Amino acid sequence: MAAIKSIEILSPGLQTTIQDLGRFGYGHYGVPASGALDFFSLRIANRLVDNSEDSACLETTLMGLRLKALTDVCIAVTGADLQSQVNKQPLKLWCSHILKKGDILSFSRPRGGCRAYIAVGGGIITPFVLGSQSTNLFSGFGGIEGRALQKGDYLSIDSPQAKLSMAGRSLKSRWIPKYSSTWTLRVLWGPQDNDFTNKGKQTLTQTLYTVSPQSDRSGIRLEGAEIQRKKDTAESIISEGLISGSIQVPGDGKPIIILGETVSGGYRKIATVITADLNLLGQIKPGDEIQFAAVTLEEAHHALEVVSKPHLRPNGCVFHC
Amino acid sequence: MGDRGLLVELGDSISRQINQKVRALFIALAGHEIRGIKDLVPAYRSLLVVYDPLVSSLSFLKSQIMDIWDTVDEAQLPSPRIVEIPVVYGDEFGPDLEWVATYLKMAPEEVIRLHTQPTYQVYMIGFMPGYPYMGEVVDSLVTPRRETPRTHVMQGSVGIAQKQTGIYPVTSPGGWQIIGRTPIQLFDPQKSPPSFLEMGDQVKFYTITAREM
Repeated sequence: MAAIKSIEILSPGLQTTIQDLGRFGYGHYGVPASGALDFFSLRIANRLVDNSEDSACLETTLMGLRLKALTDVCIAVTGADLQSQVNKQPLKLWCSHILKKGDILSFSRPRGGCRAYIAVGGGIITPFVLGSQSTNLFSGFGGIEGRALQKGDYLSIDSPQAKLSMAGRSLKSRWIPKYSSTWTLRVLWGPQDNDFTNKGKQTLTQTLYTVSPQSDRSGIRLEGAEIQRKKDTAESIISEGLISGSIQVPGDGKPIIILGETVSGGYRKIATVITADLNLLGQIKPGDEIQFAAVTLEEAHHALEVVSKPHLRPNGCVFHC
Repeated sequence: MGDRGLLVELGDSISRQINQKVRALFIALAGHEIRGIKDLVPAYRSLLVVYDPLVSSLSFLKSQIMDIWDTVDEAQLPSPRIVEIPVVYGDEFGPDLEWVATYLKMAPEEVIRLHTQPTYQVYMIGFMPGYPYMGEVVDSLVTPRRETPRTHVMQGSVGIAQKQTGIYPVTSPGGWQIIGRTPIQLFDPQKSPPSFLEMGDQVKFYTITAREM
């Protein structure tokens, strides 16, 4: 490994963290997965610069990140369209490019989606903590000192010059996701859907919910009709494990979609977002609207096979432009 | 739970017997390499199996888990560890001790005596890395959560809520009544294992002075 100090953070924007595909196998110690919220975009970004699919990337939220290349590097930006520019010229997303020494990559405001992913050819070097480079902001470990990036941070890249020839790859346009500000999320009922009234379950699937500004990497909080639970049920349950995509309904009846920063909770979960739609959760921003559609387990499996094609047959999806 | 979680429920209440079953199943599953399993989250009365649906199907996992459950012998379980935890009670370390004492109409010293008396069982580690859910607090010490949760509960804070007692591994928001603080670091991601406590541990608190903190 040849670590080269290659990137300087000029401004971290709203929030920029180092994430990979997450931290697994420590759930019994209360350690959540963390990781990229939109792992589809992370995987593709890595593939475009010829990194292994699970390499750590920068995940930046909504606006404001500015960084400078200290050496020539190959990069790819995927995920949200945050109007990224290199030296004030628009940068094509879902495509790998060379940043020349001294070039400045900047992001302004979101045109679609919430989080962009920046892969750097060779890979960002930070210590692996419990098997992952992902930043756990709430307990303060992983990434760089367990925190979001700050102005003046430097990123070391593993042999960046070896990947410069990868510039010019792009994702086939049919696989590039389109983000709107209204989302339909497919869900499977349960595990505690039986503790809600039929009217409560209808409320979930018939309400257009608005995403609250209180949302962050731990969860998407929703504003809208309150979901009614059965009269003889207590506000909370005996704490149990949960997964990202679990839709918790606390005492006030307003649903929260749990993301990957906790392993357990003490509120009822009326439904769970299917795995095929998990990536979308990373691209939902405050003010967006969400509706839920209940599906069957078979439909969930079929949907997963469809969205997994770029991973299962990666060579057919990336080409040189 | 969705298309990538399997919640194995072994009872519907908080009891040491049910939790012991969860621990037995957890230890058994952790000892087998089952294709597709990414994480295990044992809790009071349930075990969540997180899996990759592209690798293993729900029916495959169900049958594997049932087969393993049939071989589980609770009598063969490793016996739980007994762990003693030092605590400074009251003052700046336990800002809710006075309130709890007033609420329960007893002296603060009596609250401390009642809290240090039992041996608590660690039912699960959850909510955040290294956070132990322990019980049961004696009936005469049962206190509701704070009406207004704190935005900053200091690392090491020892809290009570209803029949439970817990320790905050890092400074974080929290709603439990904070009666003391321990100098022990409950979570250190650089250590193996990263959590000071684990499910099944038997915990006893003892008093130390502020100078020993």
